[in-house]
Amino acid sequence: MQAYSRWKFWLILTVFIAAVMGTTPNLTTVPSWWPSSMSQPLNLGLDLKGGIHLVVDVDIEKVVAQQVSDNISTIRRTLREEKIRYKKLDSNDTQVTVSLKDMADLATAEKVLKRALIGYDMTQAEDGSLLFTISEAEAKEIKSYAIDQTIEVIRRRVDALGTTEPVIMRQGERRVLVQIPGYEDSARAKLIIGQTAQLEFKLVDEKGDLDKALAGQIPSGDMVAYHEDGRPILLKKRTELSGKDVAQARVSIDPQYNEPAVTLKFNNQGARTFDRLTKENVNKRFAILLEGTVQSAPVIRERISGGTAQITGSFLLEEARNLAIVLRAGALPAPIKVVEERSIGPSLGQDSIDQGLDSIIYGIIAVLLFMIAYYRFFGFVANIALVFNMLLIAAAMSMIGATLTLPGIAGIVLTIGMAVDANVLIFERIREEIALGKTPFSAVDGGYDKAFSTIMDANITTLIAAIVLFQFGTGPIKGFAVTLSVGILASMFTAIVVTRAIIVLSHRNNKKIKELSI
Amino acid sequence: MQLIRPDININFLEMRKKALTFSAVVLLLSLGLIIFKGLNLGIDFTGGTLVEVRFHKQVEIADIRQSIEPLGYGKAVIQEFGSPTDILIRVQNQADVESSVISTGVLDALGNHFGPDQVEMRRVEFVGPQVGEELKTAGFMAVLYTLIGILVYVMFRFKLRFALGADAALMHDIIIVVGVFSLFDIEFSLSVVAALLTVLGYSLNDTIVVFDRIRENFDANKKKKHPEDEVIVCNQSINQTLARTLMTSLTTLLVVFSLYFFGGEVIHDFAFALIVGIAVGTYSSIFIATPIMLSLEGKFEMSDEELKELEERP
Repeated sequence: MQAYSRWKFWLILTVFIAAVMGTTPNLTTVPSWWPSSMSQPLNLGLDLKGGIHLVVDVDIEKVVAQQVSDNISTIRRTLREEKIRYKKLDSNDTQVTVSLKDMADLATAEKVLKRALIGYDMTQAEDGSLLFTISEAEAKEIKSYAIDQTIEVIRRRVDALGTTEPVIMRQGERRVLVQIPGYEDSARAKLIIGQTAQLEFKLVDEKGDLDKALAGQIPSGDMVAYHEDGRPILLKKRTELSGKDVAQARVSIDPQYNEPAVTLKFNNQGARTFDRLTKENVNKRFAILLEGTVQSAPVIRERISGGTAQITGSFLLEEARNLAIVLRAGALPAPIKVVEERSIGPSLGQDSIDQGLDSIIYGIIAVLLFMIAYYRFFGFVANIALVFNMLLIAAAMSMIGATLTLPGIAGIVLTIGMAVDANVLIFERIREEIALGKTPFSAVDGGYDKAFSTIMDANITTLIAAIVLFQFGTGPIKGFAVTLSVGILASMFTAIVVTRAIIVLSHRNNKKIKELSI
Repeated sequence: MQLIRPDININFLEMRKKALTFSAVVLLLSLGLIIFKGLNLGIDFTGGTLVEVRFHKQVEIADIRQSIEPLGYGKAVIQEFGSPTDILIRVQNQADVESSVISTGVLDALGNHFGPDQVEMRRVEFVGPQVGEELKTAGFMAVLYTLIGILVYVMFRFKLRFALGADAALMHDIIIVVGVFSLFDIEFSLSVVAALLTVLGYSLNDTIVVFDRIRENFDANKKKKHPEDEVIVCNQSINQTLARTLMTSLTTLLVVFSLYFFGGEVIHDFAFALIVGIAVGTYSSIFIATPIMLSLEGKFEMSDEELKELEERP
């Protein structure tokens, strides 16, 4: 015990200074010369600072199906160029079916279509028609791109809410996690994020027979759409303009009815198309559809060349504002659905912090008193190690940028209980050694040495549980796993290395000690 | 101060038959409760919406019920949460309504009925039906993976029968904690699963300390001229570690009780699971892990004679 290596003392001192420095940003603003890796305060989780937490599911299959069906026009064009006639062109979610009129064209058709449809596997059905199935790699690529786009659009929409530091990231294969710290209006957040914002301009088919269409005889190239109040209208299927052509959207007041409306400004190409559309269709109607529902179907009075249009439809001001935001941010590539929400109001977050701190403080005090009462001087040493341990956890969590959550606080509280376990093991062992009649010094050595493997085993198994927790847990639970792991590692250092150093150093000048205060 | 005398020698293993019988009965009761009574699964697993609101004046639960009834969300569960002005409202997922906006409907209805400035949103949780299923599987798998991870580690550090003894004690603990949750109808949520995993780690901690001592004493025993019976050695080991076992349980319980009483409503069930788990875990490391390990003596490993024989074979 006398031969205590000096480097350990310096190691402890270094760690201690680092721990103090790493904890400081949580208590006060640090001066500019402070090392940047130690200048970050602890991240608080959403459950502590309040905010919106959403997980949305992206309908990626729909994107793939859309891409597959988009190929029909490519196939039609290719076959026309080669003068090959076909009986039927059809698509489902993953497959396009091409039935030729004349099987003599089969070889040519195979050749040209294979070239036209990259990323598709070709097979032949029993009736001789060609099946093009989207390859898995291609589908995966499309899905992945759709998620990236979704994240991009959601980010623009959330930014428009005027919040700071939102987290928007992919979760698993088809989900996106959206966290908006400090934002309370869960309803509005969901409304803004969840709208597909599919904006379409279509011409009204003035000549077609709506009644016949409703009875099932829809003229080719037409479709039936409905107003919000359920009135049907016959439209040309072709989309003349869409959300992609919109450069700017803002709330305006419709002068006719003095109601809120949204004014769109098209980009260059959109303005040109709109100019042509209005020029060619004066006195006809066009319909503005949002999410497939007709908002309005105004008559084109004259050519509009300025590149602006107005969406009216008896909005409330709030609705018009939200619509402008989502139109500005662009349409989502696929419909999304909120599948999970965990939003916390600001007052609950603050309460959690306060109560969490309370329970930590009372827990610590109880343990500190108990240790001193039970192990006297050695208990006091263990207490120093425990406080050191808390400091180390706070510093380590701040420095690695971990997030403190409410379960994370519980993890710290639990660490307090478990951290003294290592010392209890050691001290009980020392008491046993003393009972066996060993001298104080060799009893201390024996206690530490013999307890070591037990402490290792015990802590590693707890770490296993913590790692599994981290893997499986969502947000707050992950926070618990992190603090538990950091706490276990920190406690190994403080409870073994630090206490031993203190005990050795405090008995150094008293080599003839007869009895330990344990 | 010393609560446990150093020369303490309680014959724990003599009680092992009684203890095992007792545990078997409690286990059966727990399993019966879990199977027949079931668990009060929280929305994490069933899916659904939970809205916690704070009213700025005290209101009647019946009044709240009346205000959200017209929404047609079926039977809502409404209860106080810690104080009379903090109210928890639970609504099941609806087949015909977009469930993610149920919370919006509830908050709007409360605002209209009581006045928007009287109601404060504290917490909204919504779990879609599919996510609920996924979390159920994930929670179950997490417990399973932890058990396997621990089995492998203990097998590697000790022997298979020690690992099996440890895992038996752990399963014992989990089933009883879950049984207690069923008995008292306490909500079983994701954070309770986290608590279960912590209990696993903790209870194992206890078991490992005892096993470590047993291994140490087994090694010393083998060197003796007249080795003592394994049961006696194990009993000695349990007694030697008894002071530590109780001390650690006590300090851990101190802090967990602090969590239970001061940590706030949200963390309450989590802390409760820990309290039960720590108590059961302490018991099981003495009365379950070691007896099971002992009962598997010679079952999964070769005796020294067999090993010798194997070595002598050509």
